[in-house]
Amino acid sequence: MRLKSLCAFPAAILVCVLLSLSAIAEERLEGGLEDRARALFSELRCVVCQNQSIDESDADVAKDLRAIVREQIVAGKTDKQVRAYLVNRYGEFILLNPVVAWHTIILWLTPLLLLIGAFAALYYIVRNRGIAQTSTLSEEEERQLAKMLSKRD
Amino acid sequence: MNVTVELGHVALIVALSLSLVQSILPIWGAQVGSAKLMATGITTSLASFGFIAVSFFCLMWAYAQSDFSVVNVWQNSHSQMPFIYKLSGTWGNHEGSMLLWVLILALFGACVAAFGDNLPARLKANVLSVQGWMILTFLLFIVLTSNPFERQVPVPEGQDLNPILQDIGLAIHPPMLYIGYVGFSVTFSFAVAALIEGRMDSAWARWVRPWTMAAWIFLTAGIAMGSYWAYYELGWGGWWFWDPVENASFLPWLSGTALLHSALVMEKRDALKIWTVLLAIITFSLSLLGTFLVRSGVLTSVHTFASDPTRGLFILAILSAFVGGAFFLFALRSSRLEAGGLFAPISREGALVFNNVILSTAAATVLVGTLYPVVYEALTGAKISVGPPFFNMTFGPLMLPLLLLIPFGPLMAWKRADIRGVYQRLLFALICGIVALVVTMGLTRGGPWLAPVGVGLAFWLIVGSFAEVFQKSGWPGVGLSRGLSRLVGLKRSIWSTAIAHAGVGVMLLGIVAVTSYETETVAALKVGETVEAGDFQIKYLGFVTQSQNNYTEDRAELEVYRDGELVRNSGPAKRFFPARQMPTSEAAIETFGFSQLYISLGEVKPNGSVALRIWWKPQILLIWIGSILMVFAGGLSLSDRKLRIGSPNRAKNKQVAPNAA
Repeated sequence: MRLKSLCAFPAAILVCVLLSLSAIAEERLEGGLEDRARALFSELRCVVCQNQSIDESDADVAKDLRAIVREQIVAGKTDKQVRAYLVNRYGEFILLNPVVAWHTIILWLTPLLLLIGAFAALYYIVRNRGIAQTSTLSEEEERQLAKMLSKRD
Repeated sequence: MNVTVELGHVALIVALSLSLVQSILPIWGAQVGSAKLMATGITTSLASFGFIAVSFFCLMWAYAQSDFSVVNVWQNSHSQMPFIYKLSGTWGNHEGSMLLWVLILALFGACVAAFGDNLPARLKANVLSVQGWMILTFLLFIVLTSNPFERQVPVPEGQDLNPILQDIGLAIHPPMLYIGYVGFSVTFSFAVAALIEGRMDSAWARWVRPWTMAAWIFLTAGIAMGSYWAYYELGWGGWWFWDPVENASFLPWLSGTALLHSALVMEKRDALKIWTVLLAIITFSLSLLGTFLVRSGVLTSVHTFASDPTRGLFILAILSAFVGGAFFLFALRSSRLEAGGLFAPISREGALVFNNVILSTAAATVLVGTLYPVVYEALTGAKISVGPPFFNMTFGPLMLPLLLLIPFGPLMAWKRADIRGVYQRLLFALICGIVALVVTMGLTRGGPWLAPVGVGLAFWLIVGSFAEVFQKSGWPGVGLSRGLSRLVGLKRSIWSTAIAHAGVGVMLLGIVAVTSYETETVAALKVGETVEAGDFQIKYLGFVTQSQNNYTEDRAELEVYRDGELVRNSGPAKRFFPARQMPTSEAAIETFGFSQLYISLGEVKPNGSVALRIWWKPQILLIWIGSILMVFAGGLSLSDRKLRIGSPNRAKNKQVAPNAA
């Protein structure tokens, strides 16, 4: 484990890849359906890999998962149903894109709240002291003023 | 058995005692006003660096000699390995990389000691002591939990370095990244020292900025290099994964970038002091956090962490002590720092504040996304994933307004800007952006709708970044030669700002192009067969197996044709390293302009047919060219006399133009 964690980049992923690239042997769906499947692959985690989607991985699990997703799509399931099916079997861990729910609310709201909070704080600061005390002369005006004053000397 | 290893061990312990002295005497001297005590900081910093360097090179020597009586060498090296990887194996493992970490920490301390002649004595003494605290704790960590000098009997053959680390990219990447990470320790020490003294002014910012810049340059280069390494080594052509370990290096980069900008405001206008100190603390805290995340194994699973928690807990203790201590000090002392110059919202300061808000929010988002699964699992026992879709969905939109507004920043005047004048100067960039958008839309009908917008944004950024340079040249008012000579005489900091910002644009262009217009072809080929991949035809000639020192290689020989004409011979391969029973993939990457054809070798059937996965990656090199521009710009800024390490006094004599960045 130590070695893997040394590299600042997901070296551990490689262990999963092993690059058999047997994806080639897989049966593909027709045009639109395959596109849908590919889109789903990229948001489903290869559950045994470090941090890799089943689209990228060639671990056996990933192969099986791809087959399951294709089956489900062929069976006429919607993307949502496919996800629900997989979560049911493998848990939420399989979703690289976490669901929006109570237990992920902090995760999803952090960016928004921080942004709003930061701008609100700025607004507060600016209103309370920023503008009121700023020199009312622009730089250009100050330069002119300086020029005029120096001329008088 | 030779004694080099023992020498290294002893040197490490001498350095430990020296750093103890460094931790106490200088800061004590600063408190009681003793110049003699304060001066000990310089000697001890230089000496402890010297001893740690000796220790590090002793370990490297053991690696060079393949001295497998040293456990660490035995675990991570092999007698048949190429010499360069024997050397890089020194830091290709936990113990060695921690030693490198401390070496760089001490190096920065020594640099402050050696080059900080014009620092006020008390500030310098405090800074060196704070640096000493960190050296001390990390040396303790090494000696107590991660000693690389342990010996063993009997002496077996080495277990080999992890094959994926046997690569030139990985040989250079960690030291770069560490210099970046650890470089922020100086900024941290300066912040803590200023808080201890309760005093900081624009001169402080001027002293801190070169250090921050130096660390930032290395961190940028390190991240970019790691990204390129992942791209060519991992075998499926991804260049950024939002992997927790990647995020750990990206976090200090985000806040470090914010820090560079806020320190600018502090230096020029004496404003944003409290915020700048806070950012300095946060940036290094994030570096420490990154070290903790990577070193403790907590990322793999909370359970791995719990199964052998000694090291993890030790680093966690260091992390809490330094981060907690710094924040406590901040809470106590920050009110002493009086607010500086005031400014209107529409001003250079205002623009830089906006930059800081976005970058900090982005950093917080990445931080929460990275830690959420860990904390969630620790609290509830259930596992969830936060992967690339989350980060793309949050980080992307957050950065958008920042990217849009980058060209405005350098054109705004300090204190209060004339926004209409800025608009006028950016008109040309705006036109370029719109033209790029329309042309892209016309050329790629039916592609993703967001892509032309991204291309337009990139062009707006690239052209807009040079608006200030253009304006300063006086064109078109003055003649060509006069304008050119003005450009040459322009302050380096102005060029540096322009190039760095344009680098962001270039990178964006690469990202947009490759994410939107990449194509992928998967094929199984028998000998002599050809496959169409985009504009290319790829012919499979046959298969070669070679045996090298410590691996065997299977290589497919390919001919790449473009419009029927042979353009390249290509050979994607797979390697197998018997010592670790590990395969690696060596993708074949053919470069055409800024674009690349990326061919990965898959399964090889006994009958000689192979599976290939072929990607066309349009303009992908721009991603790294953008980073190179940023690194270059950082170097340019550092070479500016005004910013050169330890030259604030001389700079004061120079006339500083009001608009200078």
